[in-house]
Amino acid sequence: MSAQEELVKQSASDMAAQLRSGQVSSRELVQAHLDVIEAAEPSIDAFLQVSADQALEQADAFDQHLAHEGAEGLPELAGVPIAIKDMIVTKGIPTTAASKILEGWVPPYDATVIKKLKAAGMPILGKTNLDEFAQGSSTEHSAFKTTHNPWDTERVPGGSGGGSASAVGAFEAPLALGTDTGGSIRQPGSLTGTVGVKPTYGGVSRFGAIAMASSLDQIGPVSRSVLDAALLQEVIGGYDRRDSTSIPKPVPPLAQAARQGQNRDLKGLKVGLVKELGGEGYQPGVEARFNEAVSLLESMGAEVVQVSCPHFPYALAAYYIIMPSEVSSNLARYDGMRYGLRVMPPEGVPQTAANMMAATREAGFGDEVKRRIILGIYALSAGYYDAWYGSAQKVRTLVIRDFEKAFEQADVLVSPTSPTTAFRFGEKMDDPLAMYLNDVATIPANLAGTPAMSIPAGLSDDGLPVGFQFFAPQMRDEVMYRPAAALEAALEEQWGGPISKKLSTPWLDGLAQDSTK
Amino acid sequence: MISGMPTFTREEIKHLGDLARIALTDQEADRLKGELNVIADSITKVQEVAGGDVPPTANPIPLEAYLRPDEAEEPLTQEAALSGAPVTESGMFVAPRILGEE
Repeated sequence: MSAQEELVKQSASDMAAQLRSGQVSSRELVQAHLDVIEAAEPSIDAFLQVSADQALEQADAFDQHLAHEGAEGLPELAGVPIAIKDMIVTKGIPTTAASKILEGWVPPYDATVIKKLKAAGMPILGKTNLDEFAQGSSTEHSAFKTTHNPWDTERVPGGSGGGSASAVGAFEAPLALGTDTGGSIRQPGSLTGTVGVKPTYGGVSRFGAIAMASSLDQIGPVSRSVLDAALLQEVIGGYDRRDSTSIPKPVPPLAQAARQGQNRDLKGLKVGLVKELGGEGYQPGVEARFNEAVSLLESMGAEVVQVSCPHFPYALAAYYIIMPSEVSSNLARYDGMRYGLRVMPPEGVPQTAANMMAATREAGFGDEVKRRIILGIYALSAGYYDAWYGSAQKVRTLVIRDFEKAFEQADVLVSPTSPTTAFRFGEKMDDPLAMYLNDVATIPANLAGTPAMSIPAGLSDDGLPVGFQFFAPQMRDEVMYRPAAALEAALEEQWGGPISKKLSTPWLDGLAQDSTK
Repeated sequence: MISGMPTFTREEIKHLGDLARIALTDQEADRLKGELNVIADSITKVQEVAGGDVPPTANPIPLEAYLRPDEAEEPLTQEAALSGAPVTESGMFVAPRILGEE
């Protein structure tokens, strides 16, 4: 293994420790990842934009700062590079939401999470691919490219955040940011053998996150370890007055909870198995890994109980009313007036603003986005609002009550993250309903605003990763980090290292044998 | 109360396209018609459990509204605000005419 390969295969927290001890510089870390990106992209295609110059500049600034002023006051991950889902605006770096309607747009401002990363000295490697406007579960709905799963490049990485998940899974970045509206961080995490966290709704500012469905959207961490996710959520989390849904409270002690979990003592913890999230539709290989992981939790002292959330089977239907309704409203802003694409109507059609908008949106939006906008317009229209949107909002209340009751019986709830492992390209593209079923286990957390995360539970009988999901009560994100870190530690002991040790990485073979400068 | 979603016709889809300001082609409208009928059918399910006694939830974590401190700060410059515009003139956005007639 080349020195460079050894470097990029570490966890982000190990990279951070090496930075502080002077074994490696931030520039070396950034350069190593840029080299991996160059080598991996022909087979993975995770990035829409690589911001090499900016990343190296940021790395140099951090190295200077560390040399002259030390690391005091900086978060633990300072100096470690990160990739950003192209759903989050970055000043000076094109941001597209993987849509033709925003192709080439260079935002004049940074999202709050980007400002926080910059203040932490964390260089931004680039922008990762996604389903257009984060709408999809395979990243196949990107207007620009298809991202491949590092475990089998003939298969999807999940979605919508397939780019961030594949980038982290393929060692192109140690960390990434995603956005999760119905599972877009956790389901790709599950399919790529990475860690993905959806924080409590309001726990991380969404100022500068391109809005999809505002009552559901949440930014969160993508990583290869539970501790790395905790450290990253501590960097990006916390109150922001620019997001009116931001919770005015400090970030809970997440890294501390993860470190505590690594001791693998779960005595006194009650784990609730959600009865409704399993069985029909879940692959046997997924259920097998899930059940083994539950036994491991038990072996560490956790008490396992079964809980019932009788309204979860209605969550998917409620989501597919609420989400498109909010999408139709949020995406009304792409009107060809102030930024983004403008297409004038064809000859013979009056050259009015309204016709320009219709021509622009017809040309700029892809099929899935149009489908959701049209459905949303319908669900919100007079005469149907109460039966559709109103009913869905009531189901939302029932799902929240299910969670409340379940959390009276258990500290954390668990389920498989996704009913299946990664599927082949094209397999579900012509069947929207089959595609939507990917998110059946992740959607309840978005409806209820609860935090949830996916960690690797091993490989299924097809050799592909399986995800294990934890849910915690609202604003108690730390509660899931402890058992997640414990389970990760116990599994890694069985595997003899992180799950990525089982991943063959032919794209790394060509890397230089010597990474020094 | 309407129970169930009526079956979409091509005309209805085209009308929704007008409301959404998307100039759908006939082929698109036909394809959407089929897909939306399937999707609509599957989501009527919400009406089974949405009883009159259940209050709706808009925001899963309701927060009290409050006034932020009234502090002046730098907004985007005019140049930055216009930087992504398709057409500008004299520091302004240029829009096509709003009305259909000259």
